Amino acid sequence: MADLAVKGRSRQKAAPSPWKQKKRKPSKPGSGVASLNGKWAYVFIAPFIAMFLIFGLFPVVFSTQLAFYKYDPLSLEQTWSWVGLDNFKDILADETFWISLGNTFEIWALSTFPQMIMAIGFAAILRSRFLRGKTFWRTILLVPNITSVIAVAIIFGQLFGRDFGMINTAIGFFGLEHIDFIENSFASHVAVATMITWRWVGYNSLIFLASMLAIPDELYESASLDGAGAWKQFTNVTLPGLKNTITFVLIVGTIGGLQVYAEPLTLAGDNGGGSSHQLSTLTMYLYNESFINARYGYGATIGILITIIVLIISLINFVVTRRVASEDK
Amino acid sequence: MTSATVTRRRKPKWQRVSLFGYITLTLVALVSVFPFYWMFVVASQTSDAISSPTPVLIPGGRFFTVIQHVYEVVPFNTALLNTTIVGLTVAVAQVFFSALAGFAFAKLNFRGSKFLILFVIGTMMLPSQLGIIKLFMMVSEAGWLDTLLALIVPALVTAFGVFWMRQVVDAQVPNELLEAASIDGAGVLKIYWSIVLPIIRQSGFVLGLFSFLASWNDFLWPVLVLQSPGSWTVQAALPQLKAAYVIDYSLNLGGAFMATAPLLLLFVFVGKRLVSGVMDGAVKG
Repeated sequence: MADLAVKGRSRQKAAPSPWKQKKRKPSKPGSGVASLNGKWAYVFIAPFIAMFLIFGLFPVVFSTQLAFYKYDPLSLEQTWSWVGLDNFKDILADETFWISLGNTFEIWALSTFPQMIMAIGFAAILRSRFLRGKTFWRTILLVPNITSVIAVAIIFGQLFGRDFGMINTAIGFFGLEHIDFIENSFASHVAVATMITWRWVGYNSLIFLASMLAIPDELYESASLDGAGAWKQFTNVTLPGLKNTITFVLIVGTIGGLQVYAEPLTLAGDNGGGSSHQLSTLTMYLYNESFINARYGYGATIGILITIIVLIISLINFVVTRRVASEDK
Repeated sequence: MTSATVTRRRKPKWQRVSLFGYITLTLVALVSVFPFYWMFVVASQTSDAISSPTPVLIPGGRFFTVIQHVYEVVPFNTALLNTTIVGLTVAVAQVFFSALAGFAFAKLNFRGSKFLILFVIGTMMLPSQLGIIKLFMMVSEAGWLDTLLALIVPALVTAFGVFWMRQVVDAQVPNELLEAASIDGAGVLKIYWSIVLPIIRQSGFVLGLFSFLASWNDFLWPVLVLQSPGSWTVQAALPQLKAAYVIDYSLNLGGAFMATAPLLLLFVFVGKRLVSGVMDGAVKG
């Protein structure tokens, strides 16, 4: 726990990580102080709850309702008409929806799994107590994450350019044919996944690093005494210790992955996602249908489906992690 | 050979950093920084130089011309000002409201406290697109389109902020301290102001930084609700540089450079804090 947090000058030593309270305190987290007048709580939470209901919850509930309606911008009186499940039926027969879904998943898979392997690898290197320039490496890993998505997309769009992009120049240098990173569907997904990976791999390395530092040194020492080599120690001590963090990163990555929007939009240059919708993602399609074609009900339906997918993947994640955890015991 | 044995004892095998480790980190660092350098290179070159078969790797002399051109195409100073106003307002508001609610959820006993916080945390799982259509209609009915209010008001509170501050108060403020103060006759408001706030100041600052960055980099929502150039944020202005028939790469990357430079400057001062913020927030397994 010695260097759990990078030492800032003014950081209080006494302040533990907000996530570790269970081990440190006998009192249950969230259990209040009895001698304080609890009525004040309503005053304290009132502004948050009020704004949360209006701008957080209300739009979610009513967007869900919109999915059962059809909006007609041309009619004069009745602009909204109840259509039941028609939007859902339409969407299942909508080719562009399925293309967008497939694109989203391909981009998600291409950006999630290689990134996770890299992040765990980088974290394993950063973990060493004898690494020189710890703060420097950690800080520089976070630099890509603070840049705006749109700036990243513009830069990588240039690097991935078909004729004069640096990546294709390098490919040409090896005598290979240039790849069209916009028109070629798979290549365009690789380009988008590269942008996402570049932006997030350092961030996730730090998450994994924090998790690795919480694994007690004794576990490694005893494994080392048992004759386990570096790789054995990694698979038998480090990886099991990261299980919860892997779930966490996967779920956050899935929520983020299904929201991918700015990168493919910038690369494709239009809301439709390129000439054959090869860069259309679910969020782009939602945006396109709702705000460009004014099909609000249809857009809301896409929003619901995105939510259902997030919930299903999170559920699968929990079940798998729990099963793996119980097998270990 | 004694010195070797001593070194070995001090650095157990699993803790040594190999040369491979340093090479990997150096490569990662280069790849992390290269796009920023490249942004500057392209922004300072002529279009001819960029599209020549042998790529240029060093900056040219056109940087200020290109930046001037950026300013001719989009009102960039206004965009910077707008983005800063929104970012600061949102950051301050989120820290203020989250700290209040986070303290209440962590330390005060009241009916419905458990249910409310679980409910709030549960909504963090919902993707933001679910509510975006109705939110757009609300903002448009309120007459906030093309004003910064459209960005500020919906972002004043977040479930994440409250969740974060609740964890922070829980972990950093001992119950005994609050009990002692209340026995001495201090009221809840006084306790919050003079005991809780000073303790959680640092973590509140980190939350504010994250809110500021998220607000600065938000793209989908600003593009949706801001159509007139005077109301653009930096992210809403950037795509306008691409609008031309032939893509002018130096113009685009010049804009990207201008949009990123303030953040890089900020990062120089707060990078370390952000690193510890990210690591503190990680789930420990």
